[in-house]
Amino acid sequence: MKQGCVSPDGKPSERAMKLLQLIHEKKGLTPEEVASLTGRPLFQVRSSLRELYEAGFLEEKEGKYFLTEKAQEFLKV
Amino acid sequence: MEEVKVVSMPRIGDPAPSFQAMTTMGPIKFPDDFKGQWVVLFSHPADFTPVCSTEFLGFAKLNQEFQKRNVQLVGLSVDSVFSHIAWAMNLKEKTGIEIPFPIIADSDGKVASLFGMLHPGESSTFTVRAVFVIDPNARIRAIIYYPLSAGRNIREILRLVDALQTADKYSVATPADWVPTPQTWEFSEENTKVIVPPPTTYEEAMERFKANYECIDWYLCKKKLS
Repeated sequence: MKQGCVSPDGKPSERAMKLLQLIHEKKGLTPEEVASLTGRPLFQVRSSLRELYEAGFLEEKEGKYFLTEKAQEFLKV
Repeated sequence: MEEVKVVSMPRIGDPAPSFQAMTTMGPIKFPDDFKGQWVVLFSHPADFTPVCSTEFLGFAKLNQEFQKRNVQLVGLSVDSVFSHIAWAMNLKEKTGIEIPFPIIADSDGKVASLFGMLHPGESSTFTVRAVFVIDPNARIRAIIYYPLSAGRNIREILRLVDALQTADKYSVATPADWVPTPQTWEFSEENTKVIVPPPTTYEEAMERFKANYECIDWYLCKKKLS
């Protein structure tokens, strides 16, 4: 499956970096909250979050997504 | 011509087949990414073809109405994602209308086969004009098939969604020609025009602009029947 948020060399795209930044600022978000804050369709948000989760940039607890250490290193936060 | 394998087709009441695909709005996993939403999944024969273009513009114009009803539109054809993008950009350039929903690039026909969108008697290579209305529990609630030559009535698809949602909410059934409000779906002179078959050679395409047709682009020309 061709990826949209993470490049083949494992780096998040510019759009994905913005999404990670938003999740960092809000200290965790649900897909519905991301969709509401960004205006993007829910299916697209779920797809992006899944991709970033599978690439190790996000972890999920009770439906909310948080940055992993790997993501924090990328964002330098 | 390559032989098309006909698989069993999903029916009303069946769970919608699961799949993963690439779209113009990124990869999707169905039904997971659409949990809690209604989905209208519709196939079209090919990008840059006239009837399909009018349908996509029709769906785009009513997208907000579908959204109000918690419906996500999803298009599909056997073209590549690059073709879909070029076509969507062409439509935007020529008409000013943006395609606000994803279009599945089903180059290998995998999704089309799962949903029975390939009808060899009509075409061995193109998907027919199929519409699947899928509810938030990922169950197929309605199926409509149109041949390649007849464009769909997008308002009827919206009316169908209204009818299904009303039936669910109030435990009722809806009669013939039912509408949720006594609104009139008005048709204009524009709706009476027909599509001129698209040119098949470069020369024909160039000549198309000299003919007395109303053309949005070389592949999409309309005329009035005399």
